[in-house]
Order: sequence, then C-alpha cells, then structure tokens
Amino acid sequence: MNIEKVPVKGLTSEEYDKAIKISWQPKLQYAWDNGIAIGKYLQALKEGKILASYCNGCGRIMLPARSFCELCWRPTDGYTYVKDTGVINTFAICHVNWDASRLKPDEPRHIPAVIEIDGATQGQGIMHIIGNVEPTKVTIGMKVRAVWKPESEREGSITDIKYFEPY
Amino acid sequence: MKEGVAIVGIGVTGFTSVSPSLSFKEITYSAAVKAYSEAGLSPKDIDSFITASEDFMEGYSIFDEYVPDQLGAVLRPVQTVTADFLQALGIGYMMINTGRFRTIAIEAHSKSSNIKTLDEVQSFALDPVYLRPLKENSTFLAGLEMKRFLKDSGNTEEQCAHVVIKNKKNALYNTNAAYGANLTVDDILSSQPISLPLKHLDVAEPADGAIVVVLASHNEAKALCKNPIWIKGIAWFSGQGNPWSRNLCSADYATLAARKAFAMAGITNPIKEIDFAEVCDEYSYKELQHLESMGIVRKGEAGFLTENGATGLDGILPVNVSGGSLGVGHTFEASGGMKTYEAVLQLRNQAGKRQIKDARVGLVQSWRGIPTATGAVAILSNE
Amino acid sequence: MGLRKVAIVGAGITKFVRRAEETGPEMSYLAAKMALDQAGLKLKDVEMVTVGSAPDAFDGVHMKGEYLLSGAGGNNKQYIRNFVGGGTGVFAPIHGWMHVASGACDVCLVVCSEKMSSCHPHPQGAFLTIFDHTTEQPLNPTLIWIFALEMRRYMETYGLSKTDIARVSVKNKNNALDHPSAQVAEAVTLEDVLNSEVLAEPVHRLDISPASDGAAAVVLVSEDVAKRLTDKPIWIDGVGWNLDTAYWATKDLYYPRYVEKAARMAYEMAGITEPQKQIHVAEPYDPFDYKELHHMEGLLLCERGEAARLTAEGYTARNGNLPVCPSGGALGVGNPIAATGLMKVIEIFLQLREEAGKRQVPGKPKVGVAQAWGDLMQVGTVIVLRR
Repeated sequence: MNIEKVPVKGLTSEEYDKAIKISWQPKLQYAWDNGIAIGKYLQALKEGKILASYCNGCGRIMLPARSFCELCWRPTDGYTYVKDTGVINTFAICHVNWDASRLKPDEPRHIPAVIEIDGATQGQGIMHIIGNVEPTKVTIGMKVRAVWKPESEREGSITDIKYFEPY
Repeated sequence: MKEGVAIVGIGVTGFTSVSPSLSFKEITYSAAVKAYSEAGLSPKDIDSFITASEDFMEGYSIFDEYVPDQLGAVLRPVQTVTADFLQALGIGYMMINTGRFRTIAIEAHSKSSNIKTLDEVQSFALDPVYLRPLKENSTFLAGLEMKRFLKDSGNTEEQCAHVVIKNKKNALYNTNAAYGANLTVDDILSSQPISLPLKHLDVAEPADGAIVVVLASHNEAKALCKNPIWIKGIAWFSGQGNPWSRNLCSADYATLAARKAFAMAGITNPIKEIDFAEVCDEYSYKELQHLESMGIVRKGEAGFLTENGATGLDGILPVNVSGGSLGVGHTFEASGGMKTYEAVLQLRNQAGKRQIKDARVGLVQSWRGIPTATGAVAILSNE
Repeated sequence: MGLRKVAIVGAGITKFVRRAEETGPEMSYLAAKMALDQAGLKLKDVEMVTVGSAPDAFDGVHMKGEYLLSGAGGNNKQYIRNFVGGGTGVFAPIHGWMHVASGACDVCLVVCSEKMSSCHPHPQGAFLTIFDHTTEQPLNPTLIWIFALEMRRYMETYGLSKTDIARVSVKNKNNALDHPSAQVAEAVTLEDVLNSEVLAEPVHRLDISPASDGAAAVVLVSEDVAKRLTDKPIWIDGVGWNLDTAYWATKDLYYPRYVEKAARMAYEMAGITEPQKQIHVAEPYDPFDYKELHHMEGLLLCERGEAARLTAEGYTARNGNLPVCPSGGALGVGNPIAATGLMKVIEIFLQLREEAGKRQVPGKPKVGVAQAWGDLMQVGTVIVLRR
C-alpha cells in the first residue's frame, strides 16, 4: 500500500477571497454557578485576600480553593488565607494577543506566569500576570507581590489583582 | 470466566431547574461519592472513567480537562465521549468485554441553567451551510417531524397531550423530579405555540443534575454487590445524519438500537418480556414515536394506548414512571442517566410510591436531541 | 475472553492545508474512502464507526460529531465521537480497538477530521476557552502562554538552550519534505528557526506547528478478517491513556508524568519491558519542537533530560538508532489536531509494513509507538503497533 497521492488541495489567499463564504457569529453566553469553594475564593479576592483550602489527608494547602481534594478524594477540611506574595515558578514573554494578532511595538509585552504563593504548600500557585518590571529582568525564582485594584473597583474576580510585581 | 456486565453503584444529584449553590464539579463529586460508596469502591479500585459531555453545553472548549478531579480520577485512564450517557454506558460495557477492565465509572451532568443563550447553543448544532442560515430556532425540526409523524401514524395531538399529563403526574411521586404537575388536555393544547403543532407544554424544560454509575464485570459484580443490575443488551445507533434526508415518520436510530439490544438480551416479544420502559420524551410526540419505532407497540397504536392508560403506572407496560424528561426535566447528555437511575431503582425494588410490581426487566432509551438522529437502547435486569 | 487481537489493515489521509475548500464531512469522506479502498472493504462491511475531532469551536458547530457523521460513514451505523483534546488522534484508534477487542464488531472504521480554518479571526482564539472560565479566562490567556511556560520550565530544569530544541524543528520540517500530505515541509536550518519571529519568549514561530485542516482514517479489524484481507496486518499490541488534573500546581510542567503513565499502560499490555531497546520507531506528538523531547522522555525512550543530547547526536534521525517522527511530525506535515495524531499512527503502520516510501527507516522495524497529547498539559494517549 502506498500513500503518494492524497486528496484536498488547499486554497491560496486569492482563491479564498473569491470563494463563496458563509459566516456566523454565535451568541454563546454562560453564567456559571461557582459553587461553594470558588464562591468563597472570589469573595476573598473582593476583600483583597487570597483563600486556599487545606486537606488533612495529604497535608496540602491548595490554590485555588476547592471543596474536595482531588488527590485524596475527600472533602477539604477547611479554608485558610494565604499571603499575597509568592515566587515565580515559570513565566513567558508574550508578543501576541489571545487571537494571534501581534502586539504593536509600543505596547507592553504580556508576561504570564505561574506564581507559587507564600503560605500555600510548596508548588501550589495560580496563573497570573507579571507587571511593573522590564521583561528581560524577570527570572524563575523571583519574589513577587500582588498589586490590588482599589477596594471600590474590586468585583470578586481574579482581575481584582491587577498583576504581581517584584519586590 | 463468566461474561456479564452489571451496575453495582449509582448516584444522583438533582434534578432541579436551577442549582445555584454548587458548581458542576461539586454536583458531580456528590453523585460520585454516592455511587462509589454503594459499590464499596474507592476511585483507586476503579479501572477507567468515562464522561459524556459536549463543550458548548459546558461553556468550555475541551471539557475533558475538567473531568478527572471530581471523579477521583487524577492520573488515571479517563476519556470523554460527546454522546448521551447511555452511549457512554455502552462504551463502558464494551471496555469490560475486552477483558482488560474490571470496573468502570461513567458520568454525565447537566448545568443547563448556566447557559444564558440555550436556544442559540442548540441552533449552533445545525448544519452551517444548509440549515443555520435559515435563522430559525432549531425547535422547528421537532415541529416538522411531529406534523409528519402524526399524519403518517394517525396519532393525534390530544394523545400527545396525554403523554405530558401522564409523565408530569408520575413526576409528582419522584423526589428527584423538577417539573411534576397535574395538568389537563386543555392546559396543554392551549399552551403557547412554539413550532406548531409543538406547543410549550409539549416540550421538556431543562434541569440540572449529575449522575454517576459504576459498572463491573461479572465476577467483580458478584463479589461487590448483593443486587447487581445486569446489562442484558445495549446498543447505540445513528440514523440518517442530515435532517433533510431523514425519514421523519419513524425514529430509525431507535429501531436499529432496539433491534440489536433485544437480540443481545434474547427478547423476541418486547411488550410481554419487558416490565417497564424509560423512553425519551423530550418532545411529547417522541414518546409515541419511540415506542412505535422500537416495535414495542404497533404503528399508530401508541397514542391510543397512552390515552387509555396502558402505559400508566398500573398499565400493561408502564412508560416513564420516573416522569420522563417532561416530568423530571430535560438533562441533555445526562438524560439517559436519569432514565437509567429510574430503571435501577425499579429493579432494586427501591422506587417507593412508584414501584412497579415484580419488575425484572426494564428498557432504557435515549435520544441526543435536535438535530441528531442518534440514540441508544439498553435492557437492564435484576436476574 | 477479551484476548481478541485487533489489526490495522487500511489507512487514508488527506493533504494537510491551511485552508481547505472541502468541509469537515467532505474531508472525513475522502480519508475514510481511501482507507476502505486500501483495505479492500466497502462501507457496508463496516459495522461500527468512531470519530475523533478536537474542539467544536474550530469547525464552529455544536455537537460536531453529529455534523461529521454522514461524511465519516456513520449513517445507520453504531457511531460515536471520542474527544480528549489533542490526545484524540491517538485515542481514536484506541477507541476503535475497544470496539473490536470487545467482540462487539469485526470491522471498525476510525476517522479523524479537523477544520481549524473555520474559526476567525484565528483558530488560536478558540483556545481562550480551554482555560478555567472563572479563575483564568479574565486574564485573556493564549494557547502560546502555556507552551512558553512549559518550555521555559523544561529548558531551565535541564539547562537546555534554544538551539538544543530548535534541532527538532529542523529535523522534522526536513523529514516532511517526503510526506505527500505535508503543509509546511521546508529545508529549514537552525538559523532559520532561531531567527524566526518571537511569539512568546522562548517560543519562536518556527518552533510551532501550524493550524491546519485535514483528515485521516484507519480500518481496524479482528484477526480472522485481517488474515483474509492482507498478508501484512499490523497489530495493535498495546493501548494506554491517562489524564492529569487541570490544576496548575498539582503537577510540575517539566515532565509529562501522564504520558509516562499512559506509556506504561500500553507497554505492559504489549509486553514491553525495555522501551529504549524494544521500540524501533516512534512518533511522539510534536506541536512545538520541545514537545518531541518532552514526550520522548515521557515515553521512556530515553532518560529524563537526555532527549536533546540524543537529537543533537543524530540518534533520532531516520537512519539513527531510534528514528523519531520520520513522518515530519506536526511541525512538518501540519497539525489538524485530531488528524495529526492519526497521521502519526498511520506513519508507524506504514513504517512497519515497509511502505513509507522515501521516509522509510532502515532496519525492518517491527515495533513502533505513536503518542498524542492534549488538554491543558494533561492527557497522554499511547498506542504500540507490532508487525
């Protein structure tokens, strides 16, 4: 059996422009029930705090807060506040937007990171953005702290933290 | 080694019209805890896990990512199928028959209350070139089919209304049901037109809930459980994929699936050998169409039998004792699960006020809904 | 019971392109027809069909499986769609294996199709919604973030340079020049890759496989049927799959432990105790070049942290000790997610039958492994094929 000739051609840009196209913009809107744990997590963010759950089975203090420990598979034993400082586990310097469009040369680069939060178990952290620093100066292991929106602007969202900055 | 696959544990959270206090993870975790406890198993004892879900019903792309935690399945073999719960049950059944898996957990859930634009999501399933540009609410497909089915079979709109009355009344006895009610034929016939002849009360309303089932191979089932519920036959089929080429009088997927499931279970005379049936009634006429398509009753007779109580709780073949989707609520991918739950309760003699006497063999049937022609049939038994 | 052998007896594949004229169902048909023709079977011989396709968001159709149905041969058949993110391409034949090994049928058609180009302004945008809608989407994450995060973690853990990693892109894009379906085959050099546009430090444009449209299919049959149809059936010897949690912090990104677990599951079934010696050719999933290295280690084909050095030494070239991605991989052939994984399975199938043409690796390979990966750095799917 030899696969040498394969079907499907692929359109060039000109062919694509000339082709008959049908487009549709769907209206897909959801209002997700956050449930007990994430509800508390978001409420804590509104209050300017980060809330973790702890499990006496494995001893982990986990972020984000959760109703059950996914490793021990039992309900978590309680909630506890952790600090809003942490250490960078990994990061990237991004030159594109979510839709693959390029950032303009004068726009600041996006610096997403996984940040291990102080007070939680080693390795436990959240994804967020690093800000207020030269991208080239960011390193794994760098100490960072949350920069919060003013209380009146916080709505109970992960964006109540504007970004994490080095300190 | 003897063959056979049984349900050894089942857990349900729901079904309610809304479930604001718990997230999808929490309702599924809750159902899983019940199912695993019943089976006497911890997640580590379960060999594989299957979820039945659709991305756009969850509001996530790749919903598979968020499945393992609540099933205790982190770093385990987990798969997602975009199918009804009953189809997933069929996959689990097959996996056990490969001889390499002894126990499988299967889950499905509905958080339809979280979808603000449910009609748009449903219409998003229409063929993008041939149907979607018509910009019709996708329910039109059910309206078309209902009209054609009634004309061809001779069943009437009033008889469809009797399906609604029966099922919503049955649901009053079901603590897991969201839409129990005492209605009259007039209530239904005068309800708001949706896509005539389909009216508002002909259509099952959405509900939230979760269902988890644990399947086991023959030897495991005997060891774990005093009353395993055996899957005697199970098959899923798709009819004609394109709605405009479909036979609208009959549900081919139900005919094909029932034929195979009956053959697997050794059933030759369904109306005599089956003690009750949980049949998809997302639209009232569907219950009649499915009963006829599966060959359980003759063409044109389902309406008459319903009107005269033959499919009521005390009838010769109780249909949708749970209340069906009309009475419990439409739970989308979890529909087959809701019906399986009822079948298991009946076969275990745990259905309380709605218990059917001497229930030994039950039929469960599901349909994936508009615009599909896909559905499954399972035959369950306590022997 | 349950020891039914399952063989692949036919394969079909379309060209992988940036924008196909054909629809998803049409591409499915083309690939399925080719596979059936190659197997010497007709659609009526097929008893069951399983289809693999990644996010519905690409094609822009809810219940995408039902939309693909007619093209994939599902009318009036037992038909189901399996979906484990990017792992789907190798999970689909595993799903097919379940259908035949269980005794439910003797002939199962497996089809994978993807039409990413439908998604505007760019298919990458569809990946916004794979992140947690409450705790992460408000940050406007992109798919590239997670790869860049993981790549950096991997490089830092083992002290690797960008050159170490870029070598994979060079190898695969060049390998793909010999693949008839290839979309982005190119005789690139290391300089080309390292000088290409930086999208998210440390990821450059030529480190990444493109968004693509394409389809592939295989026909799986039971032993009796295989023996009637061909004298070169390729047996599915081992299957494994594993899903990790989505919580970032419950896993460390430098090592894909879920790939290892999936591999162990497949190897155990196939009786493979020394993968480094017993596997003769491998197709790990390579959507980004560092992923090939990451997955080689997860597949236990080499010690942790060693994959880059072996690549530099030519160990993984077509004429090396362990050819890796002789097809050209996703980096060279293209990445229509689910179809890519199946393309890799098909490559192993062809290699073991010595029908891979110009891509054929020497030494008459007998055992090969194909692997796909997906979700949020979570799922590993592995299949072991044997001649």
